Amino acid sequence: MVVWTESELSIINSIFSSLDYEDIGPKALCRCLIVYPWTQRYFGGFGNLYNAAAIKSNPNIAAHGIKILHGLDRAVKNMDGIKETYAELSTLHSEKLHVDPDNFTLLGNCLTIEIAAKLGDGFTAETQGTFQKFMAVVVNALGKQYH
Amino acid sequence: MTSLTPRDKDTIKAFMAKASVYAEEIGKDALCRMIAVYPQTKTYFSHWKDVSPTSGHVKKHGITIMNAVADAVSKLDDLKGGLLSLSELHAFTLRVDPANFKILSHNILVVMAILFPEEFTPEVHVSMDKFLAAVALSLAEKYR
Repeated sequence: MVVWTESELSIINSIFSSLDYEDIGPKALCRCLIVYPWTQRYFGGFGNLYNAAAIKSNPNIAAHGIKILHGLDRAVKNMDGIKETYAELSTLHSEKLHVDPDNFTLLGNCLTIEIAAKLGDGFTAETQGTFQKFMAVVVNALGKQYH
Repeated sequence: MTSLTPRDKDTIKAFMAKASVYAEEIGKDALCRMIAVYPQTKTYFSHWKDVSPTSGHVKKHGITIMNAVADAVSKLDDLKGGLLSLSELHAFTLRVDPANFKILSHNILVVMAILFPEEFTPEVHVSMDKFLAAVALSLAEKYR
């Protein structure tokens, strides 16, 4: 069972309430597709991903980035039951989307970078540690239904 | 691991020209963050009395590391050759598990994103990630 201190809960809530999901979501997903181009394999039906400019202006990618942030929001609203919250999503990513779970960590890295850029000095080592712990729990939960 | 394209090298040189002015700050912050966020990395510094993220030793060492990374930019065309003696140091004396290079690289990138929120675009990010991975690979060259 994941244990969260009061401080960690507060940090996670504070981070997510400072984020504009419509801005950060697309940025994080675009960054992932550019920095780790092999992740594009999951977005074959999304249109033009030919280069960085195309990725950044692709409306399907932007919409999906927002969707992902809202998905993360579900975990933020249910910190003591992340595994249960993501059970269905885990099955979806495994059985229907066939996403290698290592990719969740890659997207997590890009989200970390975007949040660091946004919060600047506010993204202290403690904040980073807490956020990375949260992402590790999320990634673990998303990988739980893989067989 | 892919090698650095001419475009990567140009991007790296251009970004590092701006960033290397802050090499000390980047090094200090990156190493402090690594020790705070990945406490297992403290094991390499057990010879210091104070291994807390804000200790003087940690800060000083972060500077040493980042200066070496900045210096590696001048050796972009032959990282293996240029980093040979550092590789021998890490292989035979320090014996740092190379998995930790990835961890430190991540923290360097985080600090760069904080210091350069506008300039650290995805395009710069990918070239810098490749650069740090290439440095790490060269450092691991003499391990076995």
